[in-house]
Amino acid sequence: MSLISLEDVTVAYDNKINILEKFNLNVEKGKLISLLGPSGCGKTTTLRLIAGFLEAKAGKFTFKDKNYTNIPVYRRNFGFVFQNYALFPHLNVFENVAFGLKQRKVPKSEIRKRVPEMLELVDLNGFEDRFVTELSGGQRQRVAIARALVINPDLLLFDEPLSNLDANLRIAMRVEIRRIQQELGITSIYVSHDQEECFSISDEVAIMNKGVIEQLDSPSVIYKYPKTEFVARFIGFTNFIDFEVESSENGKLLLNSNHSKFRALKTNDVKVNKSYKGVIRPESIKMKSYIENEKQSENSIKGSIKISTFLGGLHQYVVNTELGEITVNSDREPPYDAGENVILSLPEDKLVLVEKG
Amino acid sequence: MKNERNYLLTLMTFLVYFFLLGPLLIIIVVSFGPDRYLAFPPNGFSLKWYSNIFEVSMFMTTFKISITIALLGNFIALLLGLPAAYALSRYNFRFKNTLNAIFISPILIPGIVLGFTLLKFLIISYNIPMFTGLLIGHIILMIPYIVRVISSSLANLDFSIEEAAMSLGANRFKTFFIIVLPNIHSGIIAGVLLSFLESFNTVDVSLFLSGPGISTLPIQMLNYVEYNFDPTIAAMSVLLMVFTVIFMFVIERTLGLTFFTKSR
Ligand SMILES: Nc1ncnc2c1ncn2[C@@H]1O[C@H](COP(=O)(O)OP(=O)(O)O)[C@@H](O)[C@H]1O
Ligand SMILES: [Mg+2]
Repeated sequence: MSLISLEDVTVAYDNKINILEKFNLNVEKGKLISLLGPSGCGKTTTLRLIAGFLEAKAGKFTFKDKNYTNIPVYRRNFGFVFQNYALFPHLNVFENVAFGLKQRKVPKSEIRKRVPEMLELVDLNGFEDRFVTELSGGQRQRVAIARALVINPDLLLFDEPLSNLDANLRIAMRVEIRRIQQELGITSIYVSHDQEECFSISDEVAIMNKGVIEQLDSPSVIYKYPKTEFVARFIGFTNFIDFEVESSENGKLLLNSNHSKFRALKTNDVKVNKSYKGVIRPESIKMKSYIENEKQSENSIKGSIKISTFLGGLHQYVVNTELGEITVNSDREPPYDAGENVILSLPEDKLVLVEKG
Repeated sequence: MKNERNYLLTLMTFLVYFFLLGPLLIIIVVSFGPDRYLAFPPNGFSLKWYSNIFEVSMFMTTFKISITIALLGNFIALLLGLPAAYALSRYNFRFKNTLNAIFISPILIPGIVLGFTLLKFLIISYNIPMFTGLLIGHIILMIPYIVRVISSSLANLDFSIEEAAMSLGANRFKTFFIIVLPNIHSGIIAGVLLSFLESFNTVDVSLFLSGPGISTLPIQMLNYVEYNFDPTIAAMSVLLMVFTVIFMFVIERTLGLTFFTKSR
């Protein structure tokens, strides 16, 4: 049984359009799961619903087998970490972190013990007397994390916690967040629009699009085997080729596109005689120079270089083929010239069929 | 070229201060004159007009009424204005702009109109006691200042700290008192002070809402100069100036004048 379960939840601001409609999500205890998707797809809405800042129009939220749908936010015991930190400007670091404990009427002596412990955990010992305005962005977010953790929350919610920090700090902080989360074994939901950030720290990632989870899997599965065209595009697949499935046997697919035959592994639930998008990453395609009269191997196609751009260490090429334009990365030196004829081969384990989106 | 502009600037500054402070200086000097009329320069030195203030009993009576109205009215205006300012800044609802306009309108409506309307409806039509009528008039005058100043303080407040407090276990009501209020206290103090001064100085609204035994200090001063030409009013003005300076000095000492401009 999952720790968290959202069942057929519908949310609308001002009762107009439904931002989430019959939305479902289950999270296991101790896991860190990310909600990833473009801006405006409903990640924050989902998170705020779980936190209790928002009320659902319909549906049910169960936490630890208890119906939490109507439990107000201040009784939920969930920690929330905001993008803009939301520290209390009139309190110092110690008082900020102590706030939740005070609300719980924890004795003073214990507060004096636990606050420094938390500050130690986020590497901020000695900062007790500082005011929020005297801290850097990274330090502020550490205080915010300590403040959310000190209450021993049943669930930790992050809404783009690193978006206001600069790139280097973002990487250091996400490692930190993952370390703390695993050290305490605390179930967490993490919202971000940054793919790398989500993939690097999550046990599972839910890719959201327009209020719907298109795929929920481990980062490595999503990276290799997207299920929908949207997911593929979002995580960096650049090539989208129309294919029809001719046959499916023993986990292998025979595909047909523009009278050329291709093979692919069956990673998703696909049906024979239906058409799909075959997606492949530019770095997965192998490219070599075209040689006249050479026998063409399986899963390969002839093309000519149209555009070449330098990416630092390798080149990215747009290649004209019978299947349309295909983007390929190659580190061959010297680079291919524009107009040069090439052979592209698409490894069958890298070519993934997804639902057309 | 640069020097020229400096001369001009000095001259302008001098003129501004001259016109601002000149009349005040004259009043101060005149208030110490011994004659029964306003003479500048005075023909001697005397404190009798200062003692005269305390001999005219209506000055003391109306001073007390003015202070009572300003303090009591301020308190009620704050009780009404603070929640209004909060709701207007925090929530989106229908007729929000209309409501905003209504709260600000007393500043825009001429005091004479407001005073006359209140006289007509409160005192004549509904027979409300004069003191209550005066109090209501002043509350109406003060609310826009309270709402405006507190609203600008709330505009600088990031309301996600409310959510943070609630997620940490404080309910909505408690959050308002321990999170919102401490972060807008300078706005509240500024609003209270501004509206206090507005109430204490106002003439037009009070003019219609005063009658036998009920009047404010500015109205009493007005009445006095209608029949007397001696420097008592000058002496009174000097006392009020001293009062204001002490007032500002205490604020400066306790809060710092910068708190009027500070955002936190
Ligand atoms: N307070 C609000 N009132 C009305 N609409 C909102 C509000 N907050 C968000 N929305 C709308 O809900 C949708 C989802 O928003 P959000 O959950 O914030 O997206 P994300 O966090 O994925 O960027 C957007 O279309 C946004 O315009
Ligand atoms: Mg968001």
